[in-house]
Amino acid sequence: MIIKGRAVIIPDANVNTDVLYPGPYLNIDDPEQMKLYLFEGLDPSLRDRLGGRTVLVVGHNFGGGSSREHVPLAMKAWGIGAVIGRSFARIFYRNCINLGLPAIACTEAVDAAAHDSKIRIVAEEGKVEVDGSSFPTSPLPPFVIKMIQGGGLVEYVRRRLEEESEK
Amino acid sequence: MAHTLAEKILLNHTDADDLAPGDIISVRCDLVLANDVSGPVAFNAMERMAADRVFDPDKVVMVADHFMPAKDIRSAELQKRLREWSLEQGVHFFDQGRGGIEHAVLIEEGFVVPGMVIPGGDSHTCTYGAVGAFGTGLGSTDIAGCLALGEFWQSVPGTILVELTGSRRRCVGGKDVILAVLAEIGVDGGNDAVLEFVGPGAATLTMDDRRAVSNMAVETGAETGLFPADEVTEAYLEGRTEMPWNKEQSDPDAEFTKRLQIDLDALGPLVARPPSPGDVAAVTEVTGRKVDQVYVGNCANGTITDLRQVAEVLGGRKVHRGTRAIIVPSSQQVYRQAMEEGLLEIFAAAGAVVSTPTCGACFGGHMGILAPGETAVATTNRNFVGRMGSDRARVYLANAWVAAAAAVTGEIVDPLELLEEGAR
Repeated sequence: MIIKGRAVIIPDANVNTDVLYPGPYLNIDDPEQMKLYLFEGLDPSLRDRLGGRTVLVVGHNFGGGSSREHVPLAMKAWGIGAVIGRSFARIFYRNCINLGLPAIACTEAVDAAAHDSKIRIVAEEGKVEVDGSSFPTSPLPPFVIKMIQGGGLVEYVRRRLEEESEK
Repeated sequence: MAHTLAEKILLNHTDADDLAPGDIISVRCDLVLANDVSGPVAFNAMERMAADRVFDPDKVVMVADHFMPAKDIRSAELQKRLREWSLEQGVHFFDQGRGGIEHAVLIEEGFVVPGMVIPGGDSHTCTYGAVGAFGTGLGSTDIAGCLALGEFWQSVPGTILVELTGSRRRCVGGKDVILAVLAEIGVDGGNDAVLEFVGPGAATLTMDDRRAVSNMAVETGAETGLFPADEVTEAYLEGRTEMPWNKEQSDPDAEFTKRLQIDLDALGPLVARPPSPGDVAAVTEVTGRKVDQVYVGNCANGTITDLRQVAEVLGGRKVHRGTRAIIVPSSQQVYRQAMEEGLLEIFAAAGAVVSTPTCGACFGGHMGILAPGETAVATTNRNFVGRMGSDRARVYLANAWVAAAAAVTGEIVDPLELLEEGAR
């Protein structure tokens, strides 16, 4: 699985899901509407960098706090193809994987990337390229790769239910 | 092989023969929870899964609490959907006026016993650790999977053992214990782990104090915050549930990823300074800060214990002219008990407002939003930028005594000094 995109950088450590998608907009359940409020509490002008194929490049312990899936749902609605970070908070990480949005920890790639850097990810090999320079990362666990390649948890559960009904 | 309590609970809920931290396993759910925010997003995912029915209606609880009572048309629509879906699926449903804040409701109504696995569509599902259950927060697609299959994938966490010694001093509560943990390990120190609270100090904490502690386990990044079941648990569950349960605990030779010690004898009231639950200071380090609003409530600290602490401070006193006080009982049970005990009368006489149980302003939803430049003291669990309203408002997290004392004096003070002054 190869993912390519233009880098959009959020360098800070401990960026929480409240600033990524503030509470007042939790009364929305349509990702196309959620899109409008992504990064609203952090820096709304970051949205100007989205559109087309992008990869989000983030800092340490990204996505802590609330379990609101509105954050990765809005990211996907913007066409963000992957998130590369120094590290991730657990629920945000799970949400990404479940939605088929690769979240990859790779400190060296984060160090090397700037806004608009060209990012290329080969997920199975655990390889991240930034403007042509390659950085190794630990390959995603087979379970996670399977989940992402299969289209996320929705497809996984749909297939499981189909198999069970055929029995 | 020796196991921690968390590992034992997970082992009882998986087909795997054995497990160790880092293993990815499939875990069976005893109960699945969602609310008016996470529920509808999960129902959308369930539809895409082509899952028509929940795995077991008796093991599903829906609670309308976040934007409840509905603050606008959009939130009214979400609650309408939650209501209709719950009726159609035949699951447990706590509507307006019937329940309150989800984590208070599930514990107080006897849905939670030690050893259970409870995924919830809310990060503070870790609160059930107070009762010895593996409660853990998940996103909506995860919850949709739980609703459809009754299971979820889980990377087995390590365990950070927190040993509490000594006993709680006056004006110190569960909130201060978890803030002390946050001061030690920060907002990322609990990643890939659960917290487990043991020792003679843990035995002195009431269930309401434990709920305040476990509630903020996620603020360290931890998946849950477990108190192994003991006499306190047993007494709390007496008459609340007939479900069977055991007093399970970690094996003495189990491996822990880290050990912490907190001496309750040396612990005074703490605050978390804005904008991070991990920026912890003694209340005495921040005295004199002017306070515009005090908010007592939320799934951590809106218990009857918290309300009694507020009444202890507000009784015979008035809320400061320059300060607004909002008190939010966390459930209908707590609300009615506060009424019976005369606490609501004390609050109203002091000039505080009392709201219906709701998540309300804790997450910036409604019912007490802050203006730019304002400062609040709240018994809630998060003080991120913009959490309770304006991104230029500031929130200090503290226990109910500290919050109530700030309401009276209009600034952050040591509640002990205020109470002792009154006693003179």
